[in-house]
Amino acid sequence: MSKHHNKGVLLEIRDLKIDGYADETWVPIIKGVDLTLRRGEVLGLIGESGAGKSTIGAAAMGYARDGTRISEGSIEFDGMELTTATSAEKRALRGSRIAYVAQSAAASFNPAHKLIDQHTEAPLHYRIKKRMEAQEDAMELYERLRLPNPTEIGFRYPHQVSGGQLQRAMTAMAMSCRPDLIIFDEPTTALDVTTQIEVLAAIRDIVDQFDTAAIYITHDLAVVAQMTDTIKVLLKGEEVQHASTEKMLDAPEEEYTKSLWAVRSFKRPQKSRPEDDSKPVISVQGIDAAYTGGAKVLDDVSFDIYPGMTVAVVGESGSGKSTAARVITGLLPPMKGEILCRGEALPPRYQDRTRDQLRQAQMIYQMADTALNPKSRISDIIGRPAQFYSGLKGQGLKQRVDELLDLIELDPAKFYNRFPPELSGGQKQRIGIARALAAEPEFIICDEVTSALDQLVAEGILKLLDRLQQELGLAYMFITHDLATVRSIADEVVVMQNGKVVEQGAKEEMFTPPHHPYTDLLLSSVPEMDPNWLTTLLEERGVDNIGEAASV
Amino acid sequence: MSMFVIGYYAALITASCIAAYFQNRKAFMLLFSLTLVSFVLGIVGGVPALRGVTVFAGILALAAGTSYAFREFLIQVCSPAIAKELRTAPLTAAFGMFVIFTYAIAGIFAPWIAPFGQSEVIASAFEPPNEDMLLGADQLGRDMFSRIVYGARNSVGLALVATVLAFVIGALAGLYSAVKGGWMDQLSGRVADVIMSVPSLIFALLILSIFGTKLWVIVLVVAIIYSPRVFRLTRAVAGNVVVMDYVEAARLRGEGDWHLIRKEILPNSTAPLIAEFGLEFCFVFLLIAGLSFLGLGIQPPTADWGSMVRENATLISFGDITPLIPAAAIALLTVAVNFVVDWMLFRSSGLKEQ
Amino acid sequence: MKDILGLVAKRLGLGLVTLLVVSVLIFFAVELLPGDIAQAVLGQMATEETLAKLREEMGLERPAVVRYLDWLAGAVTGDFGTSLIDGEAVTAKITDRFINTLFLAAYSAAIAVPFAITLGIIVALLRNSIFDRVANVVTLTSISSPEFFLGYILILYLAVKWSMFPAIASLSSGMTFLELLERTFLPALTLVLVVTAHMMRMTRAAIINLLASPYIEMARLKGAPPWKVIVRHALPNAWAPIINVVALNLAYLVTGVVLVEVVFVYPGIGQLLVDAVAKRDFPIVQACCLIFAATFILLNLAADVGAILTNPRLRHPK
Repeated sequence: MSKHHNKGVLLEIRDLKIDGYADETWVPIIKGVDLTLRRGEVLGLIGESGAGKSTIGAAAMGYARDGTRISEGSIEFDGMELTTATSAEKRALRGSRIAYVAQSAAASFNPAHKLIDQHTEAPLHYRIKKRMEAQEDAMELYERLRLPNPTEIGFRYPHQVSGGQLQRAMTAMAMSCRPDLIIFDEPTTALDVTTQIEVLAAIRDIVDQFDTAAIYITHDLAVVAQMTDTIKVLLKGEEVQHASTEKMLDAPEEEYTKSLWAVRSFKRPQKSRPEDDSKPVISVQGIDAAYTGGAKVLDDVSFDIYPGMTVAVVGESGSGKSTAARVITGLLPPMKGEILCRGEALPPRYQDRTRDQLRQAQMIYQMADTALNPKSRISDIIGRPAQFYSGLKGQGLKQRVDELLDLIELDPAKFYNRFPPELSGGQKQRIGIARALAAEPEFIICDEVTSALDQLVAEGILKLLDRLQQELGLAYMFITHDLATVRSIADEVVVMQNGKVVEQGAKEEMFTPPHHPYTDLLLSSVPEMDPNWLTTLLEERGVDNIGEAASV
Repeated sequence: MSMFVIGYYAALITASCIAAYFQNRKAFMLLFSLTLVSFVLGIVGGVPALRGVTVFAGILALAAGTSYAFREFLIQVCSPAIAKELRTAPLTAAFGMFVIFTYAIAGIFAPWIAPFGQSEVIASAFEPPNEDMLLGADQLGRDMFSRIVYGARNSVGLALVATVLAFVIGALAGLYSAVKGGWMDQLSGRVADVIMSVPSLIFALLILSIFGTKLWVIVLVVAIIYSPRVFRLTRAVAGNVVVMDYVEAARLRGEGDWHLIRKEILPNSTAPLIAEFGLEFCFVFLLIAGLSFLGLGIQPPTADWGSMVRENATLISFGDITPLIPAAAIALLTVAVNFVVDWMLFRSSGLKEQ
Repeated sequence: MKDILGLVAKRLGLGLVTLLVVSVLIFFAVELLPGDIAQAVLGQMATEETLAKLREEMGLERPAVVRYLDWLAGAVTGDFGTSLIDGEAVTAKITDRFINTLFLAAYSAAIAVPFAITLGIIVALLRNSIFDRVANVVTLTSISSPEFFLGYILILYLAVKWSMFPAIASLSSGMTFLELLERTFLPALTLVLVVTAHMMRMTRAAIINLLASPYIEMARLKGAPPWKVIVRHALPNAWAPIINVVALNLAYLVTGVVLVEVVFVYPGIGQLLVDAVAKRDFPIVQACCLIFAATFILLNLAADVGAILTNPRLRHPK
């Protein structure tokens, strides 16, 4: 708030209430939110999914998406009341004075037109510039946003340009009329960390250069810390706290806000490999794999997982970390190499494995929603593996299910007969864990198990997994892209890129430089809570040496 | 200007004003556009046209009233879970359910409802309606009304059997293909493509010309013609379920195909399949009616709506609506089923269109 | 461009293969006949000698595959053999009638396509309004009615009661084009009613689907006025679905035409087919089926090729 304190108010939202249409009735989704934005100020809106961040962003343009309506309150943009303005008046603001940058640039660019034609649409429509001028301006913006070949890239169609570049082209498009306000709606959520960083840098620079006010919507605290002057935290359609970024990070006031920051505190001492000559539970040896007809997605991948240890496999999307899990489980037979379980080779196809072999390796999935059959009772979901592998029936089976529910800290009496859709995200994930435990495995693959969960819940799951590991002596293969998770739970780390293992070793070693350049790039690209992180990093790397430009 | 015309416009305008006063925008727009249309209609068609509109509106109001009452009735008799769903049914869907219910009663209790047998000759040919015969006699002097009632049993029954068969073939193949994948999936897909690349009526005519119009041939042919539709839908729906992690989990547990289909996939594909069953029934029913109309369906003297239209078609040129009655019976049932399916599809697609 | 040509060629090839498979199906279905064709023609009472004579005349002693290739070669060059009933050349019987049928279909399409697409777009824009609801009920009703129901209603009112159009669409040589249009108005109108309803619903669904795309929201948020959102942002992407809708419904016309021709006693290929089925005149049945199937496959092919050609992602490859 500090540096923009004396500037004029640009946007003022008072007691905004928005309803959403669900189950044949209108239910409130925004329950009275205030917001003041001064010229040149960048405000971060953060909150979990369903907090209503995006809805408020759209409302700031006087826009209610299909299935929502603004029911009460006022939205005043530069002296103009948007809730009572005619649609023509509101339309005249959009694109010229208020611009929007959407989450998925790939879906938000019209596939039928060239980038530059979409870029110049608004300036031409508002008769701000002639076509040639507008195109030259576009090229200049592309250059400022550090897009490659700025004079040429605009003449491509959206599908001919990569995701990170499209996101920057969309930011350029939002700038085309030099608006007073830009709404950024999760602009980097769909991007990989190394791509994210260049988009973040580009957005921050351009907003700075033109002194544009912005509302930056995201669920990532570390990102918002880099980008904004003030932060507003939302929870279920209501404001929890609003403060300057420094204050928010250093001294959060509200319980909820504190909890958001406190999550990353869980850390477990690192374990080392067993001293005796026990064999690894799972040993991946020189695996090559490809999907039918496609290029190789795994290239000579090897790593070992010892009993009772957690091995984190990290990498960006497309690095092959999930494919490695599919090979281990037998869903994707490898072209070369083999999987050993306690020294014995497993058949490559899961169909050829014995029940006991199948039992020993279990999986926990990222999306608890799709991991549990919504039409099965909890008792059946957990009971089925127990029945299937151990042949339990009747009272014995019921006892085992109760035992498992106790183990994952859910009350058996309350959950026994319920269906997954009635459960919260964290509870569903716990049921997923119980299903894996029901098979009494030695080894569990955890595929991004916490990334779809809100932070507090995720921490609960991590603690549970850690406790279970100690009690039951389980080995985990932890697939993740979140380095905070790696720090808190891993014993060993395997870094993958383009289907190859780039580096592997004990966790403490991996987090202390020097390293393979890709490991460094990956580790340093993950945003940190420090508001100066991006600035420092850019200084270290040099402006031209980030993201795609930073060749490895 | 007769009192009728004055009353007509007065009623419409009053109703529009009331709607406007209570700010019911939709009702007002509807009523007022009807008023404007009526001005034109009145000038072009005179009083009879306006009377026509009144009668039509009356029938609509009656149908709406019946539907409303029937929906309330269903809500009262059904279990709370179903009743909650039923509350969301629009009047059209309630109307559809009412018609289906009526047809079912007529079909099941045909021998008790119909005053005469379906092939009983009781009067001279084409005798007009009298107190014995509600709808008059057909070309052989059989009671039209009795034959319509029996038709509900024969025509609908046959279509139902064919639909069920098409559904069993298509759904099983679809589920199995989705689970198995590989060459089996490819093969069934190609077979379905080939069958669907011949227009259904033409396919049916070809086969019937060879094997003749026996009932089992009709059922089998129609089932084969329409099973690819079910196959494609089931394959698509099941294909979306098969990629779910819980199915993968079950596979990795070592469960067999049948367990996957029965416990994991089928319970999660029922909603679109039920709607498809309704649609499929409409297609089958119309195809069989078309075949009967061409003289290639159910053979006389069995009462069948399609054949009845054809047998009495000559009456049309004398301005008699008799042949339209069985045709209307066909249309009414298809409309009814479509109304219900439309609502179900809307429910299962969520609020995407909102 | 290379990708596109490749895709189109692949689709054409697939269509050709389908047509070939269908021709096999049509030919060998008749082979499934209990007994054989000669038996079917002469009936159960025929003596062995007459049967043998006819078999020889028809060349039935040759293997089925040879006869199939022979038939196929004939069909490709426009020779479908001779009728079993009167011995006339099938091609001669079919040609005029096929032209009549095409005329009827084209007539209906010329009215229905522009009408339905305009209405479909309007209804999509007014979605969930009272007009949309009414249109939904009306089109559902129209789709649900058998063609002969609509046909007879039109005859009853427009021909018999109000005498506006002729009830029977008989054609004679030397009719002027206007007379022709008037004569065939009722059958065309029947087809229009059914097809328009289908096409309208499909157009509506396609447009609504499109309007839910993020790039349409983006266009709105860029301040584009509604007409511009439609014309500049929706329409260029709507061609594929619209072409698809049109082709599918023209294909539907092909089937619908059979019943309508019978209702209005219209001298088209559909009626010929129905007569031939009743008389079990197999060469005519086979020829008609092949023609209908070919038209159907061709239209489906056109839909797919249209979709490929208008897809911007394919038109401008990486």
